[in-house]
This record gives sequence, C-alpha cells and structure tokens, in this order.
Amino acid sequence: MTAPALELKGISKAFGPVQANKDISIAVQPGTIHGIIGENGAGKSTLMSILYGFYKADAGEIFIKGEKTAIPDSQAAIAAGIGMVFQHFKLVENFTVLENIILGAEDGRLLRPSLSKARKVLRQLEQEYELHVDPDEIIENLSVGHQQRVEILKALYRQADILILDEPTGVLTPAEADQLFRILDRLREEGKTIILITHKLREIMEITNTVSVMRRGQMTATVKTADTTPEQLAELMVGRKVLLQVEKAPAQPGKTVLEVENLKVTDAKGVARLKGVSLDIRAGEILGIAGVAGNGQSELLEVLGGMIPGDGVIRLNGAEIPLSGQGANGKARRDIGIAHVPEDRQRDGLIMDFHAWENVAFGYHHDPAYQKNALFMDNAALREDTARKMEKFDVRPPDPWLAAKNFSGGNQQKVVVAREIERNPDLLLVGQPTRGVDIGAIEFIHKQIIALRDQGKAILLVSVELDEIMSLSDRIAVMFDGQIMGERLPDQTNAQELGLLMAGMANDGGAA
Amino acid sequence: MDYLTLLQVLDSTVRLATPLLLACLAGLFSERAGIFDIGLEGKMLLAAFFSAAVAYVTGSVWLGLLAGIASSMVLAGLHGLASITFRGNQLISGVAINFLAAGMTVLIAQDWFKQGGRTPSLIGGARFEPITLPLAETLQPVPVIGPLYHDLISGHTVLVYIAFLCVPATWWLLYRTRFGLRLRAVGENPAAVDTAGVSVVGLRYAAVAICGILCGIAGAYLATALQAGFVKDMTAGRGYIALAALIFAKWRPWYALSATLLFGLLQAVALRYQNIDLGGVVIPVQVMDALPYILTVVILAGFVGKAIPPRAGGEPYVKER
Repeated sequence: MTAPALELKGISKAFGPVQANKDISIAVQPGTIHGIIGENGAGKSTLMSILYGFYKADAGEIFIKGEKTAIPDSQAAIAAGIGMVFQHFKLVENFTVLENIILGAEDGRLLRPSLSKARKVLRQLEQEYELHVDPDEIIENLSVGHQQRVEILKALYRQADILILDEPTGVLTPAEADQLFRILDRLREEGKTIILITHKLREIMEITNTVSVMRRGQMTATVKTADTTPEQLAELMVGRKVLLQVEKAPAQPGKTVLEVENLKVTDAKGVARLKGVSLDIRAGEILGIAGVAGNGQSELLEVLGGMIPGDGVIRLNGAEIPLSGQGANGKARRDIGIAHVPEDRQRDGLIMDFHAWENVAFGYHHDPAYQKNALFMDNAALREDTARKMEKFDVRPPDPWLAAKNFSGGNQQKVVVAREIERNPDLLLVGQPTRGVDIGAIEFIHKQIIALRDQGKAILLVSVELDEIMSLSDRIAVMFDGQIMGERLPDQTNAQELGLLMAGMANDGGAA
Repeated sequence: MDYLTLLQVLDSTVRLATPLLLACLAGLFSERAGIFDIGLEGKMLLAAFFSAAVAYVTGSVWLGLLAGIASSMVLAGLHGLASITFRGNQLISGVAINFLAAGMTVLIAQDWFKQGGRTPSLIGGARFEPITLPLAETLQPVPVIGPLYHDLISGHTVLVYIAFLCVPATWWLLYRTRFGLRLRAVGENPAAVDTAGVSVVGLRYAAVAICGILCGIAGAYLATALQAGFVKDMTAGRGYIALAALIFAKWRPWYALSATLLFGLLQAVALRYQNIDLGGVVIPVQVMDALPYILTVVILAGFVGKAIPPRAGGEPYVKER
C-alpha cells in the first residue's frame, strides 16, 4: 500500500477553554474522496484551517505523502500541494478569471508573461478536467457555479494534489451541484485526493469513498462509505438516534387564510424583484417556496412581513391588508396574526448583543402582559415568559440573561421560532428555518412547524434546501426571477423536475 | 482673452495642480490598498514645514525635500500602525494626524524661528528653481507652438515634472506589475490575497509608505517651489480637495490627472480674475476663491455619477475562522 496522500496524527487545538479539535487522526488515500461530516461547531472548519495554515495546532503532526510537513502559513500549505475551496469564495470580484488565478502565483514582477502562461495552462486544465470558464470574464459576471470552478482552477494552477472543499454545494442549484460532483469524480480519476466537508448526508453517500464523522471536536468514526447508512452517520454526528424523515400526517386544509394577487416589488435600485406573484395558503397547510437564493423569495417574505412596501393585493382571512404606507410594518402585521421568522436571524431576527429576554420581546413589546404600568415595562414578567419559552423549545442553555450572540446557531433560531410560534399566529412566515442549524435542532424545529400546521394554521415556508422543502411542504411553488414557475405536490414530483423549474427552464404557465 | 493670457492661466493651472496631483496619487495608492487616508492634508503640512525648515538651515533644497518626505513618512507609519497593525478606525487616525500636523508645525516653527509660526523666506539654493527645457529660448519666436513650449511646458520646477511623470508610472505599476495586481486585490478582497499566501499587512504598509513619499513631495513642493517658505496652514485644504479629486477620478491614475487639473484651473482662474464683472453684476473675489471648495462639495455630494470605491476600503483585515 502506498503512503497516504494526507495523514493527520493527534491534532489538537483549543481556543481558550473551548477544545475545538481533540486528538484528531485520519489518513486519506491518494485518488479518493474523503468526506468529513459533522454538525456546526463540531470542529471541521478549525481542522481545515489548521491544514491550510490559518491556525497552528497545539499538538499533533501532519504527514503529506508520508513526509512530516509543517504548515505555518498558507504559503506552506500551497507549497505542500494543498488547495482549498472555501465556502465563501476568496475571489476579487472585479478582476478577470485570469487575474484571480495568477494572484499570488505570478512568475515574475511583470504581469504580461504570467498572464499568457496562465492562459495556456488554463486551456490544458480545461481539457484535462472539463472545467470550462472564459478566462477574460469578470468574476462578478459569472454564476456562482462558475465562480466555484475558478476556485478549483486556482488550486489546480498551483499544482494542488490535495483539494479541500468546504460546504461546496451550499450555494449551488441542484444542477450545478451535479456538475460539481462530475468534476470531482473526474479529478479523482486523475489521481487527485479530495476532502469534502459537508453537513449533507446525501452528498457523502453519493460521492465519497470514506467518511469521517466529527462531533464536539473529536473524530468519532471513520468508515467506508459503502459500509454505512445515512441513519448511522446521523446518529454518529448527533450522538443519538435522529429521524431523518419528517413524520407528518396528511394535511387537512381548511378555509383560505392568505390570498396574494399579482404582488409586485421593486427594490431601491429600480430592479423588479417580484413580478406579479399570486398564491394562496389555506389553514392547516404548509406552502413551500423552492428556488435558488436571490430569485425573489426573500422579497416575498419581507413584503408579506411588512418589512418592505409592494404593489398588489393581499388578504388575510378575507380582509385586505395595506402593502405600503401606514399599517405596512412588522408590528401591524403581527397585530393581525402574521408572525415572521426572518431568513437572516442575525440581521433581522435578533439583536446579537441583547439578552435573550430582550430578544423575546421584540415585535411583541406592546403586549399588555409585559407592561407594569403606563410608563414601565414588567421585565420580571418578560423574563419569566422567556424562561418558559426557552424551556418549551429546549433552548440550551435556558438562560434568559445570556446575550443572543452566545447561543449556537440552532439555539438562536429556536429563540426566534419560539417567539413567533408561541403567539399562535394565523399565518407563519418562515425563511430558511434551519440555515446554519445542526441536525438535532433541525429535527426539533421541523416538528414545531408541523405541530403549528396541525393546529390549523397556515404556513409559508421559504428555503433554499430542496430536501427541506420536499419533506415539509404540502404544496410546493417554485420561484425563478421574481415569478412562480409552477406548483407541484411533493409526492408527485422529484428533485430533477424542481431543479429545472428553479433554473427557469420549464414553465408550465403557472404565473407568467 | 488673448493667447498669451490663456497660456498664463494654464501655466498657473499646472503649478497649482501639482500638489493636488501628488496628493491625489498618494491617496490612490493608499485607498486602492484598502486604507482610507483622510490625513493627506496633515502629511503634506508637516512635510511642507520640515522641508522649508531644513532647506533654510542647510541651504540645500534637496536636503529639505528629503526631510519633508521623511516627516511625511513618519505620519504615514503612524497611520499604518493605527489602522493596519492595531486595526483602528482609519478616519479617526487620519483626523488625528491632521490635528497633530496643524498644531505641531506652528509650535515648532515658533520655537525654532520666532517668526510667528512661519519659517524665514527661502532664497537661492534653498528653493527649487524653474528649469528651462532645451530649445525653449530658440523656439520662442515660432508662432503658437513657441510660446506654448516656452511658457507652458518649459519653466517649471523639477517637482512639477516628477508629479506629471508619476501618472504613467502609477498606471504602469498598478496595471502591469505583480505588485499592482496584489495592491488592487488587497483593497478589493484581502481574504483572496491572504489565502493566496501573500501578506496583507506587508502590502498595505507598502501602499501607506508610497502614500507618505508622495505626500512628502507634495508638501515640499508647496513650501520650497510654489512658495518660498512655510506659513501656518499653508496646505489650505488641498489634502481634502485631493480626496475629492480621487473620488471624481474613480481611483484611476489618468482620471486623477484630469480631475486635479480641473481643480487647478479653478484655482488659477480665481487667482487671476479676482473680480468678474458680468454686465454690471460684480462677482466678488470671495466667490471665486470659494469655487474649488464648492466644486469639492458638489463632487462629494455625488453629482458625478457612480464612483465605486475599493470594496475593502476602510475595513481592517481580520482573518476569519
């Protein structure tokens, strides 16, 4: 057997009292794809940062092709043949593809020779790995999928043998993700070693040869992918049995709660974001909105939640609601029974420096139960209420005095969800309910949403996670370019069909 | 207005645009690397004082120039330390530098020369003399071209020529060299530079140092070429006008030349035509003097179309996890 392409022995790293990585050892064989899976905060990113020279490990050794290698900085990582594709691309957006590729890997003081050499090498790489990108295009004009290719090309141009990809599919459409996997497959065939970091079990099962599971800074298992199941991996990640399938009874839709007719939104730059959206949601029903981020779903949530003005007609339980001017704001919406779990909880859902109990009051601070008298709020009552909600929603730690920023992503989201759901709204608007939330909390939040539906409430769910849309929704509407491309029933469609709609490729005349 | 008057106004435009151009290019290097520099004014002022003081004491304008550059670089280093190493607020650091320079120059000048916060007038070798370019005298009688060459192109100090040569040099450095590519990248997305294995801190210090050198030349020009000695607050807001010109120029070297020439022209016109009589209505001298500053406000208010600053400008770089 040849030496492993990459071997870690006993890597440990602590940030203050937090042990981010504890005694981690793995060996990755050349020409394989090795998955690393774990919840948020399990220590995956720290481990990769150590490999790429961003952090120095407190203890442990790194071997590359059998040789002990020190990686004090990114330069050393690149020299050792490690290439990294970050979740958030490290590209200069107004540079060309070519300029981004040579940045930091120029051949001399003058640019021209480097550029022409890179152009040649790029053409070779393109043929070798079927990675097509126009070298003279400006990065910001490229689709996200193509920008990711540029990142891969950057690594290959630096002659990386080991390619690390951190959550590479988070920003891709299903079709783009398939393309990425074909590229990775091709790279594997050419003998490259790939490390794929993800929290999506499906991706691990689809493409990896071996998989390591991380939990709370430790590597809990390394197994051959062929010998494992998603259920087993999920259990290893969370440390207990997890329901991957959402359990829900068939919907029992009642009367129509929300009617939306020809809703239009134009942003501050004059760009039309919603181009005439019509939909309705009945009581006891979840309508899921699928789509690639940036196709108007955010604006749909925001206009319904009263955060931005729009044109058109919306009715709640038959009564028309103003879409602009007085009465079109978050408080007015909440007063009539529309609760909103915003997409970006850190920007729109919480004030990160404020205590949990203060955050629980937001949007409902006029509630008579929170007032002591005409002048003062009853903070003690508010804290009591917060403690009760935290208990019920299993927020950890259940401490109303903790600042929002000190909770993990999943627990922050639980605070927001608790605040909105516990008001017993007629309509719940919920955006990306499980973004950056770990598997255990995902299961819990999904259950709460379904429970609200079963109480006969209407729910509008927006998510870029197709799996989430398909498992939670009773009906699915697909948005593309500010329009609804079509509606499907989850049991009568599949990811391929939805993916085509999300890419705007098929239009069955639903709205346009 | 006859041809010779026009040439005189343009000649004066060139003289007045020179310090603006140098300061504007100084700001360009710094801001392209992602370091906002509101302290151009202070660096120029300190350089103006030290160049005049050293030139007066030693009698050598070249030593004065070196002293000016050195003092400006000290302030640039301070700005770098505050905004790069300690990741402080770049605007506050810049404002502090301006106050420091405004107070310190007058204080030291009074202490050294006892002339009410100014340096004695510079004479002879303590000032930059105009250079007569070859054939200027010979060609002067030739119609049109002769006076143009003799009056406008020839007869400036060496610093004027250096300033104008800095424009193509800056362009070449930014767009044709490895250093320029990295410099532009670090102002747009330092994380991209960092992950490519290049030092963000090193690049930013280099940019701030270049900014210091150019501001030093600009200050020395004010005190030892344009005028003969240092007087209190002699930069008169030129650092801010240069910043406005930089925005006007969209952070590009050739545009910076046009922008600063425009400001220079306004100053030249204001100097030449103190009172303009427009059919009985006399526009007072104060209005003319205020013109460049009014234009600055207009430009900063955004009437020049969309100017996109370097995206990482003003943001200290912190490595993310």
